[in-house]
Amino acid sequence: MSAGTGIRSGLNNQRSIVNRLSAENVTLAYDQRVIAEKLSVEIPDNSFTVIVGPNACGKSTLLRALSRMLKPSQGRVLLDGEVIQSMPAKQVARTLGLLPQSSIAPDGITVADLVGRGRYPHQGLLRQWSTEDERVVQESMARTGVAELADRYVDELSGGQRQRVWIAMALAQQTPLLLLDEPTTYLDIQHQIDVLDLCAELHEEQGRTLVAVLHDLNHAARYATHLIALRGGEIIAEGAPNDIVTAGLVEEVFGLRCQVIDDPETGTPLVVPAARKARAHGGAAPEKVAATEAS
Amino acid sequence: MKTNRAVRSPGGLSVRLDVRTLVVVVLLLVAALAASVVLIGTGDFEIPAADVLRTLFGEGNASQEFIVNELRLPRVLVGLLVGASLGLGGALFQAISRNPLGSPDVLGLGQGATAGALTMIVLFSGGATQVTLGALLGGLVTGLGIYLLAWKQGVHGYRLVLVGIGMSAIVTAINGYLLTRADIVDAARAVVWMTGSLDGRDWNQVWPLLALCAVLVPLVLANGRGLRMMEMGDDISYALGVRVERVRMLLLVAAVLLTAAATAAAGPVSFVALTAPQLARRLTRSPGPNLLPSLCMGAALLITADWISQRAFGADQLPVGVVTGVLGGVYLLWLLVTERKAGRI
Repeated sequence: MSAGTGIRSGLNNQRSIVNRLSAENVTLAYDQRVIAEKLSVEIPDNSFTVIVGPNACGKSTLLRALSRMLKPSQGRVLLDGEVIQSMPAKQVARTLGLLPQSSIAPDGITVADLVGRGRYPHQGLLRQWSTEDERVVQESMARTGVAELADRYVDELSGGQRQRVWIAMALAQQTPLLLLDEPTTYLDIQHQIDVLDLCAELHEEQGRTLVAVLHDLNHAARYATHLIALRGGEIIAEGAPNDIVTAGLVEEVFGLRCQVIDDPETGTPLVVPAARKARAHGGAAPEKVAATEAS
Repeated sequence: MKTNRAVRSPGGLSVRLDVRTLVVVVLLLVAALAASVVLIGTGDFEIPAADVLRTLFGEGNASQEFIVNELRLPRVLVGLLVGASLGLGGALFQAISRNPLGSPDVLGLGQGATAGALTMIVLFSGGATQVTLGALLGGLVTGLGIYLLAWKQGVHGYRLVLVGIGMSAIVTAINGYLLTRADIVDAARAVVWMTGSLDGRDWNQVWPLLALCAVLVPLVLANGRGLRMMEMGDDISYALGVRVERVRMLLLVAAVLLTAAATAAAGPVSFVALTAPQLARRLTRSPGPNLLPSLCMGAALLITADWISQRAFGADQLPVGVVTGVLGGVYLLWLLVTERKAGRI
């Protein structure tokens, strides 16, 4: 019920200027270690936004802040115009879902039970398992292709299947916004594409707003409708991959010399790193690489 | 095998029941109550179970009434409540620390309560009431100490266990020191207390424990769904709308209170808090903290152990803590060995 209205209000918001999820001048820090200062981000409604950047650039930290896992030491994260930290926990959980990088599947839990736990924000002490819950869980499992695994134990599944189960759990939450932290890590290439295809389907067919942190720039360029390139806690560029991914940007963000060509399959930008020798004699190559080559 | 059933009312209310868990809870309750009846009949003056039941319903003769209602019933009730509190407290600690070793025995709560009791016995030659209060205070102070030392932007499982082990070592040292300071009479009393015994418990111990359980058990069970979510990690449960830190704080306080009160009433009965949740979990085969089954298992375990200690060694010869240690330990080891063969652990 609530998720249905949520998706509809998401569509309504498309016409207004304000996006549903944004960060305003946030400073993000773990204890005293500052990851990003005065960072502002808008997540366009109904986009598949992908955040990319080198290791330790703050992309996962930004995702944690957007999903209220990390409270900004300054600035604020807004969800539907309200400061996300001050909203009731379950209300946020009905609007915004998060699939963290590492989650623990409880011992001896079945796929259906784990997916069912995604219904928590829609339940209460006296409303523990409605027919709607049942229906949504079945639908989420069918959507992610794990319906035939429903009665299997999660520990028995392969990495790819397990990731699908976690995504199914996030889907069962029925949130118009879904945040995914490196959903393809630890998967082989076939399952990586599998998971990204699934994300693209969710975005295209159900109109959900997706925000993902991805390591692979080529995957990001192929699947994202909106790309945010982050380095050292700052946004270097953002926009449609076709507009912003250039050799210059990749060098600036990742310190890697490369060519950007058209992906023969999709026409999206494809990053091809320069050959080792070309990088060594390139002059503008990053110091670390140059130093290694010199020694 | 799917055993989850939803019970729904026309008004849109629904409750989810795991049939297997429900059966386990009922069986454990029946077992605990049956063992209680047998235990009441056990002692220097044996009473058949039928007479015990008749007396409990107010139709026994005068001598049976005195023995049952004044002497043995309070002892058995304390046993049931202590076992239930330890089982539930243990399940809470293990779920919060996400570690089967995170039980109050290992975290040093039992030792903390012992330190409080020993202080009263050795330094102040206190009576039963003072010893109980000392134990309660000792347990609470230790629990608070562990929480403060382990708290670093939220208590995390391993940190809690490690800090608990450290605390437990310190408090054990203090206990050793207190024992060496004691004269022989006090020392003997202290050692009996430290083993955990139900001997001589009367209605004065029943009421406070019953009141505490009446408040805490519903509170804990109402927060059990949040705790189930927290099994999957803090991030995902927070993302699903569980107020992780609040639930954890509340349940931790409840667990400390339950354990401290149980220890104050019967001494640090070993192994129930560690074993009951593990045994309950293996019976229900259900993921989650298994709060209610652990509670029933704790009660059944403690009463059975008390009955065995009286049967095997005569009334009041052997403190129940010895039996729970042996019984619980052996059963847990047996389970681990057989499960290892089955390849599950």
